[in-house]
Amino acid sequence: MTTEITLRQLKPGQRAVVKKVGAGGELGRRLREMGLLPGTEIQVIGRAPLKDPVEIKLRGYNLALRNNEADFIIVEIGALL
Amino acid sequence: MSRQVTIALSGNPNAGKTSVFNALTGARQHVGNYPGVTVEYKEGLAHHQGRAVRVVDLPGTYSLTAYSPEELVARNYLIGQRPDVVVNVVDASNLERNLYLAVQLMELGVPLVICLNMVDVAESRGLKIDAGKLSQLLGVPVVPTVARQSQGMNQLLAAAVELAQSDPEWRPLNISYGGDVDQGVAEVAAILQGSQERHGLLSARWLAVKCLEGDQEVIERVEESPELAGKLLPVCRRVAGHIKSTMDDDPDSIIADYRYGYIAGITRQVVSSEREARMDLSDKLDRVLTHRLMGPLFLFSVLYAIYNFVFWASEVPVVWFEEFFVWLGGAVEGLLPPGVLRSLIVSGVIGGVGGVLGFAPLIAFMFFAIAIMEDSGYMARVAYIMDRVLRMFGLHGNSVMALMVGGGISGGCAVPGVMAARTLKDPKARLATILTVPFMNCGAKLPVYSLLIAAFFAHRQAEMLFLLTLISWGLGLSAAKLLRITLLKGQQAPFVMELPPYRAPTMKGLLIHTWERTWQYVKKAGTMILGVSVLMWAAMSFPGLPHEQEAAWQKRIQAAPGDAARLDVEAGRARDQLAHTLAGRAGRALTVFTDPLGFDWRANVALVGGFAAKEVIVSTLGVAYSLGEVNPEEAQSLSKRLAAEPGWNPLKAFALMIFVMIYAPCLATVVMIRKETGGWRWALFSVLYNTIIAYLLALAVYQGGRALGLG
Repeated sequence: MTTEITLRQLKPGQRAVVKKVGAGGELGRRLREMGLLPGTEIQVIGRAPLKDPVEIKLRGYNLALRNNEADFIIVEIGALL
Repeated sequence: MSRQVTIALSGNPNAGKTSVFNALTGARQHVGNYPGVTVEYKEGLAHHQGRAVRVVDLPGTYSLTAYSPEELVARNYLIGQRPDVVVNVVDASNLERNLYLAVQLMELGVPLVICLNMVDVAESRGLKIDAGKLSQLLGVPVVPTVARQSQGMNQLLAAAVELAQSDPEWRPLNISYGGDVDQGVAEVAAILQGSQERHGLLSARWLAVKCLEGDQEVIERVEESPELAGKLLPVCRRVAGHIKSTMDDDPDSIIADYRYGYIAGITRQVVSSEREARMDLSDKLDRVLTHRLMGPLFLFSVLYAIYNFVFWASEVPVVWFEEFFVWLGGAVEGLLPPGVLRSLIVSGVIGGVGGVLGFAPLIAFMFFAIAIMEDSGYMARVAYIMDRVLRMFGLHGNSVMALMVGGGISGGCAVPGVMAARTLKDPKARLATILTVPFMNCGAKLPVYSLLIAAFFAHRQAEMLFLLTLISWGLGLSAAKLLRITLLKGQQAPFVMELPPYRAPTMKGLLIHTWERTWQYVKKAGTMILGVSVLMWAAMSFPGLPHEQEAAWQKRIQAAPGDAARLDVEAGRARDQLAHTLAGRAGRALTVFTDPLGFDWRANVALVGGFAAKEVIVSTLGVAYSLGEVNPEEAQSLSKRLAAEPGWNPLKAFALMIFVMIYAPCLATVVMIRKETGGWRWALFSVLYNTIIAYLLALAVYQGGRALGLG
């Protein structure tokens, strides 16, 4: 069984697969060049002390993005288990 | 033929490009700026079999689009300057994302060598990379290296020079972006090929892909020929519309998907993982260092430690530097006869330049500490931790660095602080950061605080200094917010930032970074301060006292009984003389404005002098209060004098400290703001903005305090 949620809703340690990146413009471009595309596996490493931004691991490296940026990223959980 | 070979270094930030550059060129580096933009330009010489090879370090980028100045500079350099070979530094432990840039370089068609760097890190993570296979699949030489330990540098140079000597053609790589996009690319390329326009070495296909990606710069070039644009742009729009309706996406994200697909096809054959990817040491460290409680605690401990380290380590060398300049001044004094020339050289030149160079060790240690934070990967975490707070004020996590260098932990300097704002990509947040840096308590404001605190708040010295630090942050952040909701209003740029793995910095890297920045500080601030201190010397020396007054003072000096009495009279003459000069007159004229703040003409002269460099404030106050020259380090007699002076009280001292904290940044900073913002507009704005805020606040403090019966 799989569920689709946004990246913001993922908990630290949780893994997921990117389903859709709904951001256009500069944010979309930045995410693409950093390799955050549909089909990419990600894992949440943690959150900053004020719960924002969020740190994720993808393609073997770590990336930080703000929660309002994470809202554009729909992920699928469960598929990996 | 042995013409000089030029190698351009390209690569992602954090891929070790700087280490490769340092390992190849050693200390033989030249640092500058690309004309018109604040992107750093570095070049150096490497030696291969007795021949010098020119190495140009391109800015670190993740991509080759036209959206950031770094990317544009890198791309335009490659297209315009045509280096013989491009060496793409690739992080072996992070191959997929790093190859994204490599693929774009190959699509452009430049002669390429891949420097497969940090193979040791990859191995420690259980990743095995078949460099031979990678080279075969990409069709370019691949050299494994560990640049931090200078491993593989000779092989890298040999591969680059060999490729350069074969006079390689530009051979663009064609990859498929899927049926719809491919068809659009072919159509646009055919239109380009049929046109009369010349594209130099760029392939029609590359230009076609860029048009479909919506690349601003390429489209602008196409639009120079209305006929071509008329045929070509409708095709681009049609393809985009088709992709939107069938796949709910835009061409550039489809193109990016296919690039990553192409890369995945290669890495699958090249990378073998011995074990499942798991939380590594760096992730575990992040668990602690960005923890909700431990994170901020650790951050403040680090800042406190840096503060202590910098002052402790620089104490002795600063004294050496100061003693050297005192000695130099004394030596020149002995060589030259008394008069204008001697005064110019001793007070104007040696005093002024000495004031700046005396600070150089402190600045150098500060930069050393910052280099440790950057090279270890911790600086990115500071931005990560602080972003949420700074965003509330319209700034960015990366602003932290500039604010800290500028004196956020007392003792920095706004000149390198303004330069440090370069790490910010968002132009408005960057500008707001630059304009906020002068609010911080730089090292030159500290002597003023120590003087006034010692005179009026002697029982609460540490608390007072801490309070001033808090006030400067509070005011700086509020001033930034004010700018961001008025003049610099606008959407915030994305944060999306790589957090590089923690690693131990190398001494060589630290020293090179420290030296680069310190040298820029000495060079830029030093030359500027030299000119300004000569001007200030003139303003504070001329016009001299009228003949009859001067004669009267000389008579009194000669008539003085004993040395002590003579020094007193001489100091009185210096005070009268200062009052008579241009600066003294300005100070008097300014009392119209400063009376409501409680500042008299003597404070005004000091503040006018402080516009040149805040260091000047204490020494000028000394002259104005007829104590002769006062060394800021030994201002005890002046602070006693002020404490006893009838017009002075704690309230006035506090208003003056607030004013000094905020008013016009020193000239060296103003010049740096002009350089970094590309014009006088923001530099002058910063002078006015700060001075107006300083005036209003000092007014509120002084008048408010009086209304409350203080002072």
